Amino acid sequence: MSQNDTNTAHTLADLHPGETGTVSALHSQGPERRRMMDLGIIPGTTISVEMNSPLGDPVAYRVRDTLVALRREQAQLILIDKTTAKTTTEETS
Amino acid sequence: MTVTIPTTKPLNAHAACETCPMNRHLERLGVKMDNWDYVIALAGNPNTGKSTVFNALTGLRQHTGNWPGKTVARAEGGFQYGDERYKLVDLPGTYSLLAASVDEEIARDFILFGQPDVTVIVVDATRLERNLNLVLQVLEITDKAVVALNLMDEAERHGLQVDPRRLARDLGVPIVPMVARRNEGVKELLQVVHDVAVGEIQSRPHRIRTTHHQALDRAVDQLVTQIEAEFPGLPNVRWVALRLLDDDAQIEQAIRDGSLGDLSRDGSDTAIPDNLLIAEVSA
Amino acid sequence: MSADTTAKLLDSASALRQEVGENFHDALAEALYTDAAQIADRAVTRPDQRRRFDLDRTIDHLVTSRMFGFPIMIALLTLVFWLTIQGANVPSALLASLLLDTVHPALLDLGDMLHFPWWLSGVLFDGAYLAAAWVVSVMLPPMAIFFPLFTLLEDFGYLPRVAFNLDRLFSKAGAHGKQALSMTMGFGCNAAGVVATRVIDSPRERLIAIITNNFAICNGRWPTLIMVSTIFIGGAVPAALAGFVSALAVVGIAVLGVLITFASSWFLSRTMLKGEASVFSLELPPYRPPRIWQTIYTSMIDRTLIVLWRAVTMAVPAGIVIWTSSNVIIGGESIAEQMVTFLDGFGWLIGLNGVILVAYIVAIPANEIVIPTVLMLTVLTAGLSDVGEGAGVMFELDSNNAIREILHVGGWTTLTAINLLLFSLLHNPCSTTILTIYNETKSLKWTAVATLMPVVMGIGITLITATIARTFGWV
Repeated sequence: MSQNDTNTAHTLADLHPGETGTVSALHSQGPERRRMMDLGIIPGTTISVEMNSPLGDPVAYRVRDTLVALRREQAQLILIDKTTAKTTTEETS
Repeated sequence: MTVTIPTTKPLNAHAACETCPMNRHLERLGVKMDNWDYVIALAGNPNTGKSTVFNALTGLRQHTGNWPGKTVARAEGGFQYGDERYKLVDLPGTYSLLAASVDEEIARDFILFGQPDVTVIVVDATRLERNLNLVLQVLEITDKAVVALNLMDEAERHGLQVDPRRLARDLGVPIVPMVARRNEGVKELLQVVHDVAVGEIQSRPHRIRTTHHQALDRAVDQLVTQIEAEFPGLPNVRWVALRLLDDDAQIEQAIRDGSLGDLSRDGSDTAIPDNLLIAEVSA
Repeated sequence: MSADTTAKLLDSASALRQEVGENFHDALAEALYTDAAQIADRAVTRPDQRRRFDLDRTIDHLVTSRMFGFPIMIALLTLVFWLTIQGANVPSALLASLLLDTVHPALLDLGDMLHFPWWLSGVLFDGAYLAAAWVVSVMLPPMAIFFPLFTLLEDFGYLPRVAFNLDRLFSKAGAHGKQALSMTMGFGCNAAGVVATRVIDSPRERLIAIITNNFAICNGRWPTLIMVSTIFIGGAVPAALAGFVSALAVVGIAVLGVLITFASSWFLSRTMLKGEASVFSLELPPYRPPRIWQTIYTSMIDRTLIVLWRAVTMAVPAGIVIWTSSNVIIGGESIAEQMVTFLDGFGWLIGLNGVILVAYIVAIPANEIVIPTVLMLTVLTAGLSDVGEGAGVMFELDSNNAIREILHVGGWTTLTAINLLLFSLLHNPCSTTILTIYNETKSLKWTAVATLMPVVMGIGITLITATIARTFGWV
């Protein structure tokens, strides 16, 4: 992981598998926003990237102990603070 | 798929109950009350083994799948426990009762307007946090709820220890740990459902705290006072207030046409709006 | 409560809404999850140390990996189809010999014994019974194998991963990854595939999946493809290559179906179904060991028997129509022959013939009976007297050579064969599927689109291939 800078604005789409972040804001609107919130993606939520699909999109995220796949255009609307400590895929939960 | 099973015993009609107002509501939602003493609704997130619980209770084999929206139309079945006959209504699996999907509307409307005697919420013990989101919403609508804490074996497999007593204390409703696919906990669930249905267990469910959001808290309080004045005896005033503040067009409509008023003034004959009858459509 | 106070209540709700601000829903969702997290946290004790080996995660990383994700998926789905086709052969043959070779003659004898007039025996036993028996023997074994296998994969939790792997392709076409599953299901049976679209929770993507499901070749159409490929495509190359080439032709048509699925999904999402906004979501549930016996039982009841029953109820009237139209003679010719003559011109134009078109019209209820009907009608119209079972009696022959003889007499060429392959991919769904589409959409418009779009495409494409072939003098 080259970038540990939490000051840069990140979206969920910038995270790589094994990385973890905390949701800081949701830019999604309308039904999309509601769906994200129903899934428990709200400011303060910890999200980690579980795995990419073979074609790179969508990506599976671990949110509140569940595995949810989001498309890139959805992930780009979710702003996060990247957790600086690097976590490996094997150790995150 | 609407499933009804033939009852095995000759039934002595519970004529007294057929005329009681709660059953009138249910009948308008398409639930036939002729042969049943109590109506139990089964709610839960997708993939919680809700249909397995349904099967364990009714002995029916309803296909379950790892999919949201599997139970598209309402499935119904029945069972007898002790001297009472229970009708079990399987609601669509949903993550929430807030957003506007058809499935969520069906589930929400049934719990609100159907006023089932008991609502059983099936919960995946391995993914408690996500599941509690729905549980808390159901508890805003009804006191008569039981949480079926399913998939306890999976939780164990993942090294999780779930404390049902602590959960019961925090949620304020009975919790029944289960492994529905192995029929564990089914007897206990039946007993608790019975106790809640007849009123032996009185719950004081957890209510969503709005205290950390002052403007919200004030608005809810103010609206609750107003609603209580207009609909004395309405069982879920706070929830209605929350829905009104969230600009829920359906609840607004229910206030305008009086169907919400029905829930407080027993036995009124105002019609339930057409869109609430969606649940009747069977595949 | 009067209208007055109602209005007052709603007004004050609206005023308070302004006060709280636009983010009320956010605040509510936050309040809910804050409480949920706290309660869950107090009730659940997590292991101090995560176990080194997590089976679910290991499986997930394997079945969705860049390197193994697609090979595993293709291998598993191929295995399912192979087991279906191989496993169905023997029971299908047994059922056919029981229902067609034993019960059918016995029924005819019974008719004789009871002094049924010839037409009554004909309508009942040669028409209705034979069509139903045909459908049962062709459909039941593959479905009884395919549906439980598919359901086992579903219950284990693998299918959501297939949707995850393929979503990129479907999203490019404006569709949902879960359409991969309704499409796969469609290879077993389109009616079941249409029902399977229920897992797609966004209405627009679900409609796309419903309308395009017909491009997955259902098991009622496989026999036609296999027979035509074997006789005409395999027969046109050296014997050593015949098996391989004819298999390639069958697979080629199936792959073409998948490509057309993507193309028409893309087309629909940019034209008729443009702009209906929808939200993507796909949860990958934890793996759970499937309950094998219960799965077999429920998938038999829920899927196999329901689909079979619908098909049989559709096949019975079709059988009656086929028999009657072949036996009611007006002006020296049966109705069926007159229809064949009437449609011959148009059939020729699109590289087919009147017999095939009539067979497809009467076989709307069940594609399984296309080949037996084609053979019967060819014999009838060509006036062959030494083969077949008589007017209106569907039959099939054991030897491909014998079928080739008959079809040559009927004027078939390689173009007829290729266009029949194309047409069996691109024609209206069977009536069971049409009915299912209506039940699922409750919309005449979308049912009509789903029914007519493939036929129009089929006629267009066969017209083009026929014109090209004739222009270049290939036929």
